[in-house]
Amino acid sequence: MKMTGSQILLECLKREGVEVVFGYPGGQILPTFDALYEYKGFKFILTRHEQGAAHAADGYARVTGKVGVCLATSGPGATNLVTGIANAFMDSIPMVAITGQVPTALIGNDAFQEADITGITRPITKHNYLVKDIKDLARIVREAFYIASSGRPGPVLIDLPKDVQVAQTEFIWPDEPKLRSYNPKYIGHPGQIKRAAKLIMESKKPILYVGGGIITSGASAELLELAEKIGAPVTWTLMGIGGFPSSHKQSLGMLGMHGTAYANHSIMDSDLIIALGARFDDRVTGRLDMFAPNAKVIHVDIDPSSISKNVKVHVPIVGDAKQVIVEFLKEIKYKPAVEDWLKHVEALKKKYPMGYKDKNKILPQYVIQQIDEVTGGDAIICTEVGQHQMWAAQWYNYARPRTFISSGGLGTMGFGFPAAIGAKLGSPEKTVFNIAGDGSIQMNIQELATCVENKINVKVAILNNGYLGMVRQWQELFYKRRYSYTPITSPDFVRLAESYGAVGIRVTKKEEVKSALQRAIETDNTVFIDFHVEEEENVYPMVPAGEAINNILGGLA
Amino acid sequence: MKHTISVLVENKFGVLARVAGLFSARGYNIASLAVSETLDPEVSYMTIVVEAKDEKVLEQVNKQLNKLIDVITVTDFTKKEHIDRELVLAKVNYSSRDKAKLEAIFGKFVGKIIHHKADTAIIEAVGDQDQIKALLEELDKFGVKELVRTGKLAISN
Repeated sequence: MKMTGSQILLECLKREGVEVVFGYPGGQILPTFDALYEYKGFKFILTRHEQGAAHAADGYARVTGKVGVCLATSGPGATNLVTGIANAFMDSIPMVAITGQVPTALIGNDAFQEADITGITRPITKHNYLVKDIKDLARIVREAFYIASSGRPGPVLIDLPKDVQVAQTEFIWPDEPKLRSYNPKYIGHPGQIKRAAKLIMESKKPILYVGGGIITSGASAELLELAEKIGAPVTWTLMGIGGFPSSHKQSLGMLGMHGTAYANHSIMDSDLIIALGARFDDRVTGRLDMFAPNAKVIHVDIDPSSISKNVKVHVPIVGDAKQVIVEFLKEIKYKPAVEDWLKHVEALKKKYPMGYKDKNKILPQYVIQQIDEVTGGDAIICTEVGQHQMWAAQWYNYARPRTFISSGGLGTMGFGFPAAIGAKLGSPEKTVFNIAGDGSIQMNIQELATCVENKINVKVAILNNGYLGMVRQWQELFYKRRYSYTPITSPDFVRLAESYGAVGIRVTKKEEVKSALQRAIETDNTVFIDFHVEEEENVYPMVPAGEAINNILGGLA
Repeated sequence: MKHTISVLVENKFGVLARVAGLFSARGYNIASLAVSETLDPEVSYMTIVVEAKDEKVLEQVNKQLNKLIDVITVTDFTKKEHIDRELVLAKVNYSSRDKAKLEAIFGKFVGKIIHHKADTAIIEAVGDQDQIKALLEELDKFGVKELVRTGKLAISN
């Protein structure tokens, strides 16, 4: 049967198992939106900004593990996706972004709403395509989904000129893609795995340092088994949150710039770092030449370019975290002698506990703890970027993977709210919170309309301190309190929510926090909760940028 | 140190930009670049010469090159046996009494005069980097008006 390019696109998306597409119409994508009219193959969610569509697709992908899909028109529609694509790229999130393009005959002519989006997104996509012939379209869509979701996942963009959307051809569903130049490696090298197992068995002070790769590869259960088998303490990156239960006795919480002091001291004192799906980011290692001076490093990563990029690695293993851990479990014959090490780590936990000094006003940390309590640690927590993000990472007890949705690598303010929309659609039975600051929430606040229109029930907890708090904190500590353009005004969030048809709650007293959260959860609507919190509360512990990670500011000790 | 890297790629539009982008994004200048089809018209071969200020950065570039979907193989010839050649076309000052002197040069180098007018000759020469350098020094004595080079081609042996 002959089909148009637009019909082929929709048919391919449906066959790839797409449940929802986020997007925004425009001139050069009109034929595809015409095909979408009364289309029933998947749900389409109209956002209020293309950036919202990209982040929503990203949030959906993080919660479900499936490929998130967004759709926009050419030119400004496409460039508005760029931040969302870069965000997905930095955090290795599977995404397919589809953009309309001016007709092939006009490409390169500075036509109305033309942008070279494949050129613009080349360094922030895993791969991208300009479809010049309708006969290639079905194959390209299949390849795009395959590339986005395999190996180290990432975003793939398909640029679809208007004449290709309109052209007709026989639809043939292509075979599984085979690319001679792309063969992701999942199985670790057996010799290297043996060497790693030997190092683990002989270690005296091992530590498991785990990242987003644990979540991506679905290795939580295997990680738990490995941790319990070898008895090593476990610390994680921001992207690794939820990969290991935070209430487990071997858990050290997050490490790095705003990690727990005991996690940072533990990794510094360790003699073996077992890095699983983590990339030794500068926010984790601090000053590199002083990082974990006595530790050997086993580094497991699916991406060879992540290994030996920042730290010297003794046993590099390219492979999927889950598959490699399974092999580790077979090769590790006995538990290393870690008793003294664990005593040392316990002493560090006692010496440098996590805490904060109570104040009269509502403390943001307290709000997070209350969200943890009223949701029983079972919600999906999305965040924006800033102080609230770090508090959300520190003070909520994550028990399961894919429950903490946050912009790690790119650090995109405005990510959390649209991501929460995607998360809720991906996991409708769960309570979905977006923990935000008064700055971040204003970056994609227009998506309130998307929530209300589609009855996507998201709870937004705004930790409103009247500042761009994280930047203010740096100004306080490193720029002599010169608060340059960090005091920020906000609209009346309660009335703003109401004007969109959502519900707004303002909380100014500590004793109202819990009841407000309960009311928000019980409300069958999107709720903005405007918490007026302590203005100049800082995120501690903190390692100043460029310092060794055991050089820690703040904390109770 | 200068590195000679060969990259076998899918012969598709945009591939050169992807490859070049990995160097430019790190502030690396490509010293020379030669691209053409191979025996298989769907595959192209690139020879890239790049000055690496930091070997670690170059190692990262090599790994990133391997990650590109359209890249089939990457070879850094720096530590591998290989043969390399470059072709140059040079426009030099010429008069009929220079003819013998000029042709004497080609006793030492693979090259010839491929065109000449009353005051100019165009020289074609092929050689490895040392030979090309030595040749250019010789030609300088006549006065080189214009010079074009293909960039290095390298093949494993």
